Amino acid sequence: MRARSMLICGVLLTVCCGLFMTLEARGNWDFVLWFRGRKLAALLLVGVAVSTATLLFQTISRNHILTPSTMGFDALFTLIVTLAVFTIGAAGYNHLPSELVFFVNLFLLIGAALLLFGTLLGQHRVDLMRMVLTGIIFGFLFRSLTSFVFRMIDPSEFATIQVSSYARFNYIELNLLWLAAGLTLVTLLLCWRMRRQLDILSLGFEIATNLGEPVAKRQKQALVLVAVLVAVSTALVGPVAFLGLLVVSIARLIAPNETHAMLIPLSALIAGIVLVGGQTILERVLGMSTPLAVVIDFVGGFVFLALLLRKGWT
Amino acid sequence: MIVVENLNYSVASAQILTDVSVTLPKGGITALIGPNGAGKSSLFSHIARLLPMQSGRITVDGMDVAPANRQALARKLAILPQQVHFATRLTVKELVQFGRYPHCQGRLGAEDHEMVEASLAAFGLTALADRFLDTLSGGQRHKAHVAMTYAQDTGYLLLDEPLNNLDIAASRALMTLLRWLADEEGKTIVIVLHDINFAAHYADHLVVLKDGRIEREGSPVDMVTGALLADVFGTDAQVALVGATPFVMP
Repeated sequence: MRARSMLICGVLLTVCCGLFMTLEARGNWDFVLWFRGRKLAALLLVGVAVSTATLLFQTISRNHILTPSTMGFDALFTLIVTLAVFTIGAAGYNHLPSELVFFVNLFLLIGAALLLFGTLLGQHRVDLMRMVLTGIIFGFLFRSLTSFVFRMIDPSEFATIQVSSYARFNYIELNLLWLAAGLTLVTLLLCWRMRRQLDILSLGFEIATNLGEPVAKRQKQALVLVAVLVAVSTALVGPVAFLGLLVVSIARLIAPNETHAMLIPLSALIAGIVLVGGQTILERVLGMSTPLAVVIDFVGGFVFLALLLRKGWT
Repeated sequence: MIVVENLNYSVASAQILTDVSVTLPKGGITALIGPNGAGKSSLFSHIARLLPMQSGRITVDGMDVAPANRQALARKLAILPQQVHFATRLTVKELVQFGRYPHCQGRLGAEDHEMVEASLAAFGLTALADRFLDTLSGGQRHKAHVAMTYAQDTGYLLLDEPLNNLDIAASRALMTLLRWLADEEGKTIVIVLHDINFAAHYADHLVVLKDGRIEREGSPVDMVTGALLADVFGTDAQVALVGATPFVMP
């Protein structure tokens, strides 16, 4: 049973990748493989980063509806970029090495995440309602601040920000790809090593304490990992609001058990299928008529609503 | 033996526990009773290391209840908190398996599997092993939780108001189970109880709290009297003797 759902998803993902690489490929194969291969790698990276970040965040907040993006994580990332462009100007910003920008962003995001959510999670009895509301308000605050800065900024500088504040799967920051790949792999390895502790964390503060886990410390560790993964995916393709929620919900639906050893790989596979499959269909079948992010947010929004309504009834 | 020395606890200028020093004996069932807001749950939470200690010291068999001893304590003392709500869907067996975590860090060996099977069998849960917890009745779910702490294989078991939301049959079944754990398995049970009659009937030792202090302690026959109800709970209730057990007329 465990192997079966994993196997089916694995096969589906391979088919999607195969189609993505070969469908309507014309001309020089070296070029096609290189061009599409990089894009495929970026899509897979984003998929695994977003799904794992969402899963970890749901575990430490013990809620299956929250995602890092509903709590304003990627809005925070966009705000940091916007403020950077605003203070040093587009020319200065574009001259900075993108790796440097990425790392500064990453550390600011980790710091802010620990500051904002670390204190909320650190409480012994997490008041969920308060946490959700605080997260939503933070998200609004970050977005409003961003649009406030938009209004004061030079139009040419605005264009620079726009690139980083909307999800884009057609133009991907490929210069960051190796860096992002390395960081993601290290972070994933740490997540995987934490999988048993994460299972215990999902039992809640009291039971986890009873079993001898240092809950507050683990939550902070997980929060740092979430921040790294969100930073990687946002830097590569921009904010994707509902992707994480969509894939983790599907994974929970088809997984035979809810251990992290099961959910981490399964939701990553599903994220890959959604991103690579969706991009293939949009590029090759629908002729790029709709951005993938719009479709994902549309479907993900419905999943979010369905989850909310189902929670309300039970 | 659980020794609490000079424990103080305050939340935002409200003093919840004032200089509490008490020794809970090893073996048998010790019940913490007292009116609402007496500090029973706060005392429980401190022993269970669910609250950070502000001042004072608690030791379990000589081992300090401090963050440094987290793992070792998890093999000495198991707790069953008041209301447990899991975000994830778990089967009974998965829950009981978590009880082995302090011993194997999640990598279950042959010995751990044996212990899990033994716990399921001891609590009559073998037939329900693959059922999801949310499909069970309140009484069965409680049993599954106690089975988990049993698999944890600790000398001490702490329970915070476990009879909440249980009907009389489930309450009696749970208390009988705890009695069995104390008598046959030699476990030390510490339990916070609201219902004095349950405490009088099932416990060996009562610790009475009032306004964040230990008011008195002793055997149920000595403790449960009209004077106690008047002094501590502030209510005039008659106490009858049924056999040798005091019974508070409601």
